[in-house]
Amino acid sequence: MKNINDPKQLLVSAIESGTVIDHIPASTLFKVIKILGLDRIKNQITFGTNLESKTDGKKAIIKIAGKFFEDDDINRIALVAPNAKLNIIRDYEVIEKRVVEVPDTITAIAKCMNPKCITNFEKVTTRFRVVSKKPVALKCQYCEKITDQERLEII
Amino acid sequence: MKTRSLVSIDDLTTEEITRILSLAAEFEKNPIQDLLKGKVVATLFFEPSTRTRLSFESAVNKLGGRVIGFTDSASSSVTKGETLNDTIRTVNNYVDLIVMRHPIEGSARYASEISTVPVINAGDGANQHPTQTLLDLYSILKTQGTLDNLNICMVGDLKYGRTVHSLLMAMSRWKTSFNFVAPEELMMPDEYKLYLRNLGLSYYETADLNEVINMADIVYMTRVQRERFSDPMEYEKVKNAYVLYDHMLAETKPGMKILHPLPRVNEISTDVDSNSKAYYFEQALNGVFTRQAIICSLLGLK
Repeated sequence: MKNINDPKQLLVSAIESGTVIDHIPASTLFKVIKILGLDRIKNQITFGTNLESKTDGKKAIIKIAGKFFEDDDINRIALVAPNAKLNIIRDYEVIEKRVVEVPDTITAIAKCMNPKCITNFEKVTTRFRVVSKKPVALKCQYCEKITDQERLEII
Repeated sequence: MKTRSLVSIDDLTTEEITRILSLAAEFEKNPIQDLLKGKVVATLFFEPSTRTRLSFESAVNKLGGRVIGFTDSASSSVTKGETLNDTIRTVNNYVDLIVMRHPIEGSARYASEISTVPVINAGDGANQHPTQTLLDLYSILKTQGTLDNLNICMVGDLKYGRTVHSLLMAMSRWKTSFNFVAPEELMMPDEYKLYLRNLGLSYYETADLNEVINMADIVYMTRVQRERFSDPMEYEKVKNAYVLYDHMLAETKPGMKILHPLPRVNEISTDVDSNSKAYYFEQALNGVFTRQAIICSLLGLK
């Protein structure tokens, strides 16, 4: 962590094997951590935020040692980090690069923006059909109202 | 959990809709049958809706079934803080089918996922009311002989009106042209107009009913409610502009029919009631046959 304050060093130290998630908007870093459940796992994790990026303004990066994600898991972050890029690392080498893709359905991540929706009254797992991927628009399976990017809230 | 429910009109394919409508025609010819003998239907009305409930109960009774239930949440254990989840899990042990009206949107879909017996959505807040849509379709089919190539004129509150939105979505399965007549503040929302455009269906918007009424095969009237207006002055200005009087029907098509989901307040003058084009009370009767068809269809009895 102290590396972030020292510009002469690598901002976030390299990992031997695991996954690097780059190009996360700085503003949604903690949502990504929450969605992937990184706050609950034992792996070594380093992250940096408010880093300069030529393309994204302020970006964040997460490095998770010894962790590899399934597509279905990693695509869950597409709602909050649509341009995220994954580097899969083995023996300090990038062996694969992946991008995230907004899935066709979203389960248990987003909150329905309709205050009169049953999902905001009872313990119901939210489920949405993705009606637009860019910008994101989600149709609630219950109340059938659209939650758009601007009103998107992560549970 | 894999029982068949009716939550939204979109749950049905066009073939299923057509099948329910022809079943309704059968029940109209022969409404008293013993198909539901020994069956119990729950009518769970978490908010009152007298017409819809009586229509369902009439449909069940005519088929020899029994009805249990409550007519508003004050007389159920909801007042003790019971969740919908618990109510459904309990009630589905007592009955063969649940008819539910609930003020919260999406409650019917949720109930259908929990319930071991079919659930019929009799209205979930401002969301869906598919049996109304089916009885509207039945009324249109019965009076026009077809659902194809009709001109439908929707009048009144087109912004918040759940029934007009569902009817629009349903009728867009056939080649329908729409006229929307509403005050500026209550015009048809863009998403529905976009939906029609994408399907290549035509629509026309106006604030003047007289401009389009003579083209209509069906005039679908709805209530313009005072509480929908941000400015009460605006309501005062338009409240009488969307009232249908008998003299306005003089030049309309001979087979044209006037529909209204009811209750009516003043948007159809009572002088229209005796005109043969007034169809709203027969429409309510059609609701019984349509609901007989829906119930039997979900229970696999027809």
